[in-house]
Amino acid sequence: MERAIILAASAIGAGLAMIAGIGPGIGQGYAAGKAAEAVGRQPEAQGDIMKTMLVGCAVAESTGIYGLVIAIILLFVNPLIGLL
Amino acid sequence: MDGPKILFRIPIYLPFFPFENGIPVTDTIVNSWLIILAVFLVCRILTHHMQKIPMKKTQLIAEKMVTAIDSLVESTMGSRFMRYAPYMLALMIFSLCGSLISLLGARPVTADFNTTLGWALVTFVMIQYNNIRAHGVKGYLKGFVQPIPLLLPLNIISEAATPVSMSFRHFGNLAAGVVITELVYSGLAALSTALLKIDIPVFQIGIPAVLSLYFDLFTAVLQAFIFCMLTMVFISNAASD
Repeated sequence: MERAIILAASAIGAGLAMIAGIGPGIGQGYAAGKAAEAVGRQPEAQGDIMKTMLVGCAVAESTGIYGLVIAIILLFVNPLIGLL
Repeated sequence: MDGPKILFRIPIYLPFFPFENGIPVTDTIVNSWLIILAVFLVCRILTHHMQKIPMKKTQLIAEKMVTAIDSLVESTMGSRFMRYAPYMLALMIFSLCGSLISLLGARPVTADFNTTLGWALVTFVMIQYNNIRAHGVKGYLKGFVQPIPLLLPLNIISEAATPVSMSFRHFGNLAAGVVITELVYSGLAALSTALLKIDIPVFQIGIPAVLSLYFDLFTAVLQAFIFCMLTMVFISNAASD
């Protein structure tokens, strides 16, 4: 019974952890929009803008990835069962 | 989702060693060995019988790759850091092959946290080394209490967060691809059993290939590029500011 409750709570926690995906979504969309604006202003610098945007998107993504890692740990490693 | 499987164990027993049954060798390590061997052989073939004026296609391909990475390193880090270009090319090729090996059905090497953590720790050591080299030991230690000494813990955390975030980013992207692909496969199998009433997963043909285009090809190329790019940016930042 306790095991079942912990497994269910871990699944809910994994779902809640993935709410972290909202932030990077907004941030990456904002970065991509600004990059599109920049390309519109300076089409000749498209390569540089693209490179900068990809690196910026990757850095913005890391908070979402933290949430994903916590969700993966909760789902597949089940560390809380060891506390029983 | 399964983690990397232990294929065999190397029977080495040392005192104060955490593995009692010998060193475990996972499929990640074996796949890495295969990639290293393949890349080594390809490099040998490409640089075989080099001439001053290239007449063969293989030498032209090798020169193209070297000039591409040289120009990337020069535009990102400046011409002072050209000695890092070979490492960057090696890292990029290894990361690319390690992720794209999933197209052959093997487990991607970079979907194992140990691989990416190893690379990120190499980057971390290079950042600290370049920082000390540029500012001296005194200037390096002084950098931790800038702008005010109250920020010392935050500075230490932000230094330590660099390898963690780099390794988690690469690992998370590839592991998410593995998890989602597996979920899609099992979902399609259940769907074909429910709709067609047969035990053959018909829907698994073709449909996952579209997802694989994003989760295998696009993610692999992008993450290899970004890992190298961030390594270069961090190193040149550590040496300059």
